[in-house]
Amino acid sequence: MKPERVPGRYIREEDLRRLPGVIEYTPTARYSYSAGQALSEFLRGLKDGRILGKLCPSCRRVLVPPRVYCEFCFTPTTEWVEVTGAGRVETAVTSYIGAARERLEKPEIIGVIRLDAPGHAENSFDFAGLFHKLCGVTEDDVKSGRVIGMRVKPRWKPVHERMGSILDIECFEPLQPREVV
Amino acid sequence: MKSNIFVKDKVAIVGAGLTLFRRRLLETPRELAWEASREALSSAGLTLKDIDCIVVGSAPDAFDGIHMKGEYLADGSGGFNKPVVRVFVGGGTGVMVPVVAWWHVASGLCKTVLAVGEEKMSHAYPHPQGVFAYIWDPILERPLGPNLIWIFALEMRRYMHVCNASKEDIALVSVKNKRNALDHPAAQAAAKITVDDVLKSEVLVWPVQLLDISPVSDGAAALVLASESVARRVTDTPVWVEGIGFTLDNTHWYNRDLAYPRYLEYAARMAYKMAGIERPWKEIDVAEPYDPFDYKELHHIEGLMLARRCEAPKLLKEGYFDRSGELPTSPGGGLLGVGNPIAAAGVMKVAELFWQLRYEAGARQVKKPVHKAVANAWGDLMQAGTVVVLST
Repeated sequence: MKPERVPGRYIREEDLRRLPGVIEYTPTARYSYSAGQALSEFLRGLKDGRILGKLCPSCRRVLVPPRVYCEFCFTPTTEWVEVTGAGRVETAVTSYIGAARERLEKPEIIGVIRLDAPGHAENSFDFAGLFHKLCGVTEDDVKSGRVIGMRVKPRWKPVHERMGSILDIECFEPLQPREVV
Repeated sequence: MKSNIFVKDKVAIVGAGLTLFRRRLLETPRELAWEASREALSSAGLTLKDIDCIVVGSAPDAFDGIHMKGEYLADGSGGFNKPVVRVFVGGGTGVMVPVVAWWHVASGLCKTVLAVGEEKMSHAYPHPQGVFAYIWDPILERPLGPNLIWIFALEMRRYMHVCNASKEDIALVSVKNKRNALDHPAAQAAAKITVDDVLKSEVLVWPVQLLDISPVSDGAAALVLASESVARRVTDTPVWVEGIGFTLDNTHWYNRDLAYPRYLEYAARMAYKMAGIERPWKEIDVAEPYDPFDYKELHHIEGLMLARRCEAPKLLKEGYFDRSGELPTSPGGGLLGVGNPIAAAGVMKVAELFWQLRYEAGARQVKKPVHKAVANAWGDLMQAGTVVVLST
């Protein structure tokens, strides 16, 4: 049976600590990222409580988050378009772990939201959308699938707390029955 | 009709080698690359003198914790005073390595290539998950404090919804692959488990639980590829690389439907066209779809067009993808069973098909006669698709 030989020696974490010459190192690297042409405008919009997209004049897609080019047509996008922020939950999950795999005390619900984008050339595969936290829905809604397709809208932070960040949206929350956005 | 008749040289795999796959190995990344290279060369009956060019694949530098990992790994991979190239497309790297090795030979540039995949994830601690933070968009995604499993869970949830697949249906992949791996000498996560064990394992990001995921691994794998003239001289049973394909979707993963892997279908169409395969679901005998998560094997079976959309869970339940089934998938145990040292895992999948097509897999050998095979890998932000089609 191939492979006939599989070299390598397994060691446990305790064994590792006992080896001579084990080096521990924590890199320190600091960055300051610029948001760029399109996202700077988008973030300014969030500060004002507006979600902005860009329209591709060639395929009529509304791109949210906006980019200065349409990657489908590889042409410059032209007009800024404001979307209401209302949309449908495309998919949602419940996270019990944090960024470094530590257990969370309170689980978070995260989702992808397909935004209503008037004028968007409809296509079932590609859409204007954002990825954010969901509130006002339960773990059970995620499991049962009730959350998928649910109508949601952004819950904004109070004006004085907004900083021009994706976190100016606290989360997306379900629309009230018959609520129109 | 095959479109690969226009290449300068036909390309064959003539040797393959692996190291152990484990959570933590004593060997350095270089030593792992060397061990796998030596196994691959000796299985081909060649030495480094016979090798013209080197292709090294390794995923983010941050795992091993060494920048310029390609250069660092080069001498352990035989890349000493020879043309060397390092390949990196995230998790897709493992199958990109033989793809790049293929064009080195097909172009006539090299007669023989040593292709090596290596990953040492155990260096990063307490958990390599922390290193993944740097793959996210710094402006729109990182402020939300994401961990990598989020996106896979989002994709799995969408797939479950669109295809009406249950957690139980999907857990069967984990059960199958871990069982298959019991016969693999390098396997890290081989086990006899049941669907219930998967459903009772630690919930990470629902619907993803601990046994839905492949483990963190160290390991290396290597292949020797050669032109037709060399291959016919060194072996009676070359395994031909009939087609290759690779595509990238964009990083705006939340702007597309996650239920179907478009990136993979495009890459697969490219590879099948080259190989002259028109009906992959009939023509492919054995497959190694990329399975870092259990749902991902089903997703990729559909993207490789080995089953209709949303049909894979049903076929799985019927035993269609078992080792004794009509289209065995991951007969070696895949990433879920053998382990997932990222770049090495993809190379391991191609190595498994090499042994399967030569009827050398012993206890892992699939029951049906095999002639054509396909492997894929996937990576980056749900966007890279890499495919190779092999035949005897």
